[in-house]
Amino acid sequence: MPMIEVQDLRKAYGARRAVDGVTFSVEEGEIFGILGPNGAGKTTTVECVAGLRAPDTGRIRVAGLDPVADHDRVTRLLGVQLQRSELQARLTVREALDLYASFYEHPADHRALAGRLGLDAHLDVQFAKLSGGQKQRLFIALALIGDPRAVILDELTTGLDPRARRDTWTLVEDVRASGVTVLLVTHVMEEAQRLCDRIAVIDRGRVTALDTPAGLIDRTTTARTISFAADTPLDRADLDALPGTTAVTARDGRTVVTGTDATVDAFVRLLARRAVTARGLRITDTTLDDAYLDLTS
Amino acid sequence: MASTAPPASATRTVLTTEARLFAREPAALFWVMVSPTLLLVVLGLIPSFREPSADLAGRRVIDLYVPVAVLFALIMAGLNAMPPVLSGYRERGILRRMSATPVRPATLLTAQLVLHAAAALVSSLLVIAVGRTAFGVALPGNLPGHLLALLLAVAGALALGAAVCAVARTQKAATAVGTAVFFPTMFTAGVWVPVQAMPGTLRRIVEFTPFGAASRALDETARGGWPSLLALGVMALWAVVLTGTAIRRFRWE
Repeated sequence: MPMIEVQDLRKAYGARRAVDGVTFSVEEGEIFGILGPNGAGKTTTVECVAGLRAPDTGRIRVAGLDPVADHDRVTRLLGVQLQRSELQARLTVREALDLYASFYEHPADHRALAGRLGLDAHLDVQFAKLSGGQKQRLFIALALIGDPRAVILDELTTGLDPRARRDTWTLVEDVRASGVTVLLVTHVMEEAQRLCDRIAVIDRGRVTALDTPAGLIDRTTTARTISFAADTPLDRADLDALPGTTAVTARDGRTVVTGTDATVDAFVRLLARRAVTARGLRITDTTLDDAYLDLTS
Repeated sequence: MASTAPPASATRTVLTTEARLFAREPAALFWVMVSPTLLLVVLGLIPSFREPSADLAGRRVIDLYVPVAVLFALIMAGLNAMPPVLSGYRERGILRRMSATPVRPATLLTAQLVLHAAAALVSSLLVIAVGRTAFGVALPGNLPGHLLALLLAVAGALALGAAVCAVARTQKAATAVGTAVFFPTMFTAGVWVPVQAMPGTLRRIVEFTPFGAASRALDETARGGWPSLLALGVMALWAVVLTGTAIRRFRWE
């Protein structure tokens, strides 16, 4: 049985269809990403999974339970970190942990959790005085405090500096390693590529692709990009003739060849044959960014 | 199968946590707990207010102002302090975050109502105690009747505050609506002119408002009688109507 199942979910706000037929399922122990532009319906989707909104139509199951009809039991299995949700301004970290721990019959050891999340030194700091990264770590702690089987993390690293972001990623990997299934909402490509086993790309309320990060990248038309200074003495005809070339363009004083691995191999041989040095040569992989731009409008 | 009820300790933890947070708000503490007694003390320092007045059938102004200061405490708790807290909890997603736990966010709202009710009652007791010790204002002649009137008035004040939160969608709006409702309630509670000193027609109209009726019931019981059924009925009706409005119109986000 999948941990989370979403089938043909639809949710409209008035005339606006926020979610318009979304289907995916998350296996136990997986880090599953929901990727998409702002307003694509990501947050509405996970709010329905958490039972905070009732779907118009469609079927959602969390460990086999309906999040709306079985809300109480689902809240015991599913931890959440929500976007745009705060705590009482003068609540200290320690009080927040104690308060949320009291909500569950078998809470996780929240002192250990605080240590794991680097909140030890801030236990007596009030919520309003925490930095963005500390707040985010506290919310992750609160998502985990009920010792859940799955967690929803919505825009986890928004507003964090690069170091805090990387620390948070390590943390998510630790969470999964402890056996918790993770449903991760993001619009940060690097985050999705680094963390997720599989990704559903959502655009305008629909799933436009669902695959592993590598699978999504492979779907894009251009897999490799070769670029070098335009004054390199190479014939345009030679470049066009390289196997797998899809385009040769001039951009900002550089020649850009897009193609495949075979194109790169043949290009290197061409340089050797002509005894030419390509100034400022750069060969780049297509990233999830390119794949994403291909998959969303 | 595991029970679906949250641990019983959760409600207690929510209440103690909110009580601690309440104690960390000096402004709210001052207005709810200190300012009503301060109002009474300032008025009591005016010598003529301590003299029996023929216009008031031989009573002193300060005698009339003890129930006024009590109602002032209820207004401060229910209408001034509570609405920004509740609407802030809604606006900042605190209620929403709690809906994703086994404990209902209504627990948090209930804790707030209980705390503001308790604060209003403690502040009322302080007013009555200071009135008695500093200015010799007699304790309520009919204690059970006075307590009944006080509890109904507290229910009305909290219901009014809750209705303000329900009608106003944002914290800013709640503060604005609260302030707009604040002045009429202060007037009808007799803060500027005690209800008992108002001209007959005005007084009879004011006694149909929640705080006007409360003023009448508190005054009747302070003088040793029982509250009139009309005053109790008006208070109860307002409490029911306002609570109904609050429940019907409240949005969780």
